[in-house]
Amino acid sequence: MSKAFEANNVNITFDGNIKALVNVSLAAEEGKIFGLLGPNGAGKTTLVRMLSTLLKPDSGSLKVLGIDVVAEAEKVRESIGLAGQYAAVDEFLTGRENLYMVGRLYHMSHKAAKKRADEILEEFNLVEAGNRQVKTYSGGMRRRLDLGASLVSKPKMLFLDEPTTGLDPRTRLELWEVIRNLVKEGTSILLTTQYLEEADELADKIAVIDHGSVIAEGTSKELKNKLGGDVVEFKVSKSNEVNKAISAITKIAAKDPTIEENNIVVPVKNGPKGLLEVVRALDTNKISLQTISLHEPSLDDVFLALTGERAKDQTIQKSKKREVPRG
Amino acid sequence: MVNTMMDTWAITKRNLLRYIRLPQLLFFSSIQPVIFLTLFNFVFGGALGQNSPYGAYINYLLPGIMIQTTLFGSLNTGIGLAEDMGKGIIDRFRSLPLSRAAVMAGRTMSDMLRNVVVMAIMFIVGTIYGFRFMNGFLPAIMMFVTALIFSFSISWVAAFVGLTVKDSETAQLAGFVFIFPLTFASSAFVPVQYMPGWLQAFANNQPVTHAVNAARSFALGSPMNSAFWYLLAWVAGILLIFVPLSIWRYRKS
Repeated sequence: MSKAFEANNVNITFDGNIKALVNVSLAAEEGKIFGLLGPNGAGKTTLVRMLSTLLKPDSGSLKVLGIDVVAEAEKVRESIGLAGQYAAVDEFLTGRENLYMVGRLYHMSHKAAKKRADEILEEFNLVEAGNRQVKTYSGGMRRRLDLGASLVSKPKMLFLDEPTTGLDPRTRLELWEVIRNLVKEGTSILLTTQYLEEADELADKIAVIDHGSVIAEGTSKELKNKLGGDVVEFKVSKSNEVNKAISAITKIAAKDPTIEENNIVVPVKNGPKGLLEVVRALDTNKISLQTISLHEPSLDDVFLALTGERAKDQTIQKSKKREVPRG
Repeated sequence: MVNTMMDTWAITKRNLLRYIRLPQLLFFSSIQPVIFLTLFNFVFGGALGQNSPYGAYINYLLPGIMIQTTLFGSLNTGIGLAEDMGKGIIDRFRSLPLSRAAVMAGRTMSDMLRNVVVMAIMFIVGTIYGFRFMNGFLPAIMMFVTALIFSFSISWVAAFVGLTVKDSETAQLAGFVFIFPLTFASSAFVPVQYMPGWLQAFANNQPVTHAVNAARSFALGSPMNSAFWYLLAWVAGILLIFVPLSIWRYRKS
């Protein structure tokens, strides 16, 4: 199967010394969703900007649908769509006018651009709002229109940079549905996200990125297996009981538990059973708890397991220039 | 080439729609030059119009203030581009297969068309204040053309500034910093001969003076004049430098 996109040993440095991407090598199969997971400022947006021809790497090579991004940028632009973190649509134009303009900029005829605008309004449930100026739209409607605008030319490769950040849960689910349908129609998608849940729901393959480097790659299942499945998280009431608690649960833990003050995260193989075992072990040892819960590992947990650190915002605060990697 | 023109037109149309949808903006950007024209005419007119070779001060003033106003209008190019950049719209444009010059060309075109509207309003108000063309129809048209081509070239300078500073407020300030000295140290409002020698040297050799002199000659004096040729040379020079520079900025943004 041919590749939707490939990055080989890509490096880029901003402002002379801030390394935004370090030796990034990734490849995704066509017709699938590739998830790029990482906290703010890890380098997600930088990679998307490079693959979509907006930014050139200092070294390394990038290909989209087999076409070299640097050498044949023009050709790449013909077959990609980009929807960014911000809804890049014009507030003073109507939804229909925005889509029509994009169609014209893809050099469609007046008729074809008009028809395509109507199709997209229909598809994204914006028919009624189509003749209203975008400034009257809700956040979710703008995001849908922005996504629609990136689909005007029916691109084979679609870049979605944090498409659901800042959306309410219902709108997020709607957008997930749209994304799933696109893949069914054969589009390849690169999706960046800060939410493991989202990558888990949508992506066929996930790469975790941290401080500009890829630190793990695999299916969602593979990544979670690295953690040993679900996690039981609890907080002991007295800090002098942390060690006692740890020794009580070592046999149950699938992997080494991580400790942060009174908070202990224990990876377990079988979720509910693991939870019961932990509760029993702690109870037997008469350790009192503030909270206890069972959950799927979050991005935080993946990060804790992979890097020993929580997924902190890595945006470089020093400079507010646009070149600073945003995600 | 056909694509470049199509792309430019699509962008121009988008910018014009914005102007139409923001009637307040259009209103205030037209009222401002009218206020300028009124103030200059009635505040300075009495004192400065005494020994003007062109009769009333309004005759002297109108071509100059038209150049000034269209120059200020051309600063919108930089402000608009910086704004689009901040909103991520430039990123979208850059990911589309459209001509590299189209976004700036569309912006400079729409700002030029807006300048046409503003000039028409100023001409009407000026006529009410007593302004009269003295050379007939074609030279009158040439006065407007002079203002338009000059402001068009300055639009490209503003485009470069806007794409460089990437922030609309900074773009506006940066524009004022270079437009103010250029317009006031020129023949726009008072004859250069009353300035100190060192300032005359500057005023006589900068493009605003050429533009104002050319516009004034077309309107009032001898229609064929060297100022216009100097101005054409300036316009060509500015475009030769700033069109490639702003395209380069756009590609790198």
